[in-house]
Amino acid sequence: MNIIVLVKSVPDPAAKVGVRDNKIVEDGLAWEANPYDENAVEEAIRLKEKYGGKVTLITLGPKRAEETLKKMLALGADEGILVSDPAFEGSDELATARILAAAIEKAGGYDVIWAGWTGVDWNQGIVAQAVAEYLGVPHVSFVTKFEVNGQTARCETEVEGGREIIEVDLPAVLTAMQTLNEVRYASLKNIMAVKRKTIPTWGAADLGINPAEVGKGAAHHHLMKLIPPPERAAGRVLKGAPEETVQELVRALREEVKVL
Amino acid sequence: MTSDINPRAEQYRELRDPMRDLCAQFDSHYWQAVEAEDAYPEAFVRALTDAGWLAALIPEEYGGAGLGLTEASVILEEINRSGANSGACHAQMYIMGTLLRHGSAEQKARYLPRIAHGELRLQSFAVTEPTTGTDTTKTKTFAEKRGERYLVNGQKVWISRVQHSDLMLLLARTTPLAEVRKKTEGLSIFLVDLHAALGHGLSVRPIRNMVNHETNELFFDNLEVPAENLVGMEGQGFRYILDGMNAERILIAAECIGDGYWFVDRARAYAGDRIVFDRPIGQNQGVQFPIARAYAAVRAADLMRYEAAGLFDAGRPCGPEANMAKLLAADASWEAANVCLETHGGFGFAAEYDVERKFRETRLYQVAPISTNLILSYIAEHVLDLPRSF
Ligand SMILES: Cc1cc2nc3c(=O)[nH]c(=O)nc-3n(C[C@H](O)[C@H](O)[C@H](O)COP(=O)(O)OP(=O)(O)OC[C@H]3O[C@@H](n4cnc5c(N)ncnc54)[C@H](O)[C@@H]3O)c2cc1C
Repeated sequence: MNIIVLVKSVPDPAAKVGVRDNKIVEDGLAWEANPYDENAVEEAIRLKEKYGGKVTLITLGPKRAEETLKKMLALGADEGILVSDPAFEGSDELATARILAAAIEKAGGYDVIWAGWTGVDWNQGIVAQAVAEYLGVPHVSFVTKFEVNGQTARCETEVEGGREIIEVDLPAVLTAMQTLNEVRYASLKNIMAVKRKTIPTWGAADLGINPAEVGKGAAHHHLMKLIPPPERAAGRVLKGAPEETVQELVRALREEVKVL
Repeated sequence: MTSDINPRAEQYRELRDPMRDLCAQFDSHYWQAVEAEDAYPEAFVRALTDAGWLAALIPEEYGGAGLGLTEASVILEEINRSGANSGACHAQMYIMGTLLRHGSAEQKARYLPRIAHGELRLQSFAVTEPTTGTDTTKTKTFAEKRGERYLVNGQKVWISRVQHSDLMLLLARTTPLAEVRKKTEGLSIFLVDLHAALGHGLSVRPIRNMVNHETNELFFDNLEVPAENLVGMEGQGFRYILDGMNAERILIAAECIGDGYWFVDRARAYAGDRIVFDRPIGQNQGVQFPIARAYAAVRAADLMRYEAAGLFDAGRPCGPEANMAKLLAADASWEAANVCLETHGGFGFAAEYDVERKFRETRLYQVAPISTNLILSYIAEHVLDLPRSF
């Protein structure tokens, strides 16, 4: 079984991200794999362990995204491909999906394509579905359980207030929820094996993509302004005897915060 | 200041990052629970084993990672740096070295792949005895050859992880001291199958001690060990032990370095946060100077550790450097521990802060696996050519 996983390099979700000139400040920011992509990689490796085959990771991003790719390879994936080109910078979700779909076609011969259900950076959650459209294959989102039965797969997915059981034809694009599995630790042997791997970089020319049709210039939506969340005002601690502090609390809730 | 007080943390990132990820899953709560129950950190050791970290030094042909000593030392450093304690499992990494260097092809093929895979634990080495202590050549435990087996009688003390090992190496006399030309001769090493031995000539009595560390008294009463379990040549055991010493010293030094950075990190964070007399205590030079001094000592010791490990990996003699690295690193971690405790004031004594636990744990490195005095006597005698003292 050939499995492709789309992996995105995102800023450490725990980091405090600054904003300058309508862009996030990248200095000193640690980059990691999108957490749900880790679940996607884990599921792919489990499939490979069960059915044999190959796991290929594809990342679209700048050169530094290679580090994220290596970390994910160390979980036990076979190959990593970095899709990178200055022409791709500023691509919107649709163009991103187009580029990724082209890379998947070039990698060739897939049975299953996994991705995380959303990227924790911009939280759009639409690239994987668009990739499925470009490839002309079905997709199932928010997968929490996955079983292959010959040419189809049974997916359990999370929906508001319940679950859905979906049977899907393969090949298909699936997006992983955190509850899909528990991600393993990178093993020392795989870490050492990654050192011996070369990660090819595919640009617009390799993928037969016209640079004019992707990137910032071709985007259908534009970021007008990026505004960091307002600094939270410091809290206030009421001190004194309970009778007094309770009175003061009620007064503050009524008159200052106006919630009562 | 950079986010990591150890500038060398930039090196071996490919090992440090995943190690830090793994160790982060075993946080302060985990270690406090293990400590409260005086339990073996089974889940932690399992996770390390399953991911292959403890097989770092086993050659690839036997299923290990075949890494160098420097890299292996980074792994143990990161364990201790995370607030954990390598003592629970470090021996699984290096005790097999004796088997690797001196075992027969058959022994290696039989055991090393299963040790690498984590199926077998070989993390006990029985050397120390109650009546002979550091004076190893006076070892009294005796293995007498009887046809196809040896009969072992005697007693050992402070033998660690026996209850969490499948195999144990044992140092015993095979020729009485009175009958050898040199006192270092006539000692042999055996591989003991602990499952077969327990209750059949071997009994184990745990020793309650200052740290949560499983260590025991062992009593041998006509324990039968198959002759094929002799490692290397009969009578050469003492030399085999010496062959493993430099590696062990360097790895232990790295654990101390991990502790040292942990203590300095904790001390500086607390000194910056704790407000007394309307200012952070770390603003007082009386508080910051000892931390600065401890940090400098850790950094200096770390240089010696890399020096020693580099020589070892290059296949060059490194006895002096390995011994000095262990000495300096154990001293530095102990100084840092003291400073960290001092900086925390009363809170340093609260289990919740982990400082008192790490303080007790790092104290051990002054005594075991080798005491500071014995290292100093090595340097005096073998490096400085001073007269032999014992
Ligand atoms: C928690 C723990 C775990 C251990 N695990 C193991 C294990 O798994 N396997 C094992 O074989 N051993 C183990 N040991 C034993 C350890 O290696 C010894 O305790 C150590 O080598 C010191 O031996 P001793 O306790 O007999 O001290 P002694 O030899 O009695 O020494 C006592 C003190 O006197 C000093 N001293 C002795 N002779 C001299 C001299 N000539 N000049 C100057 N000073 C001297 C020593 O440095 C020490 O400070 C462990 C010990 C502990 C505490």
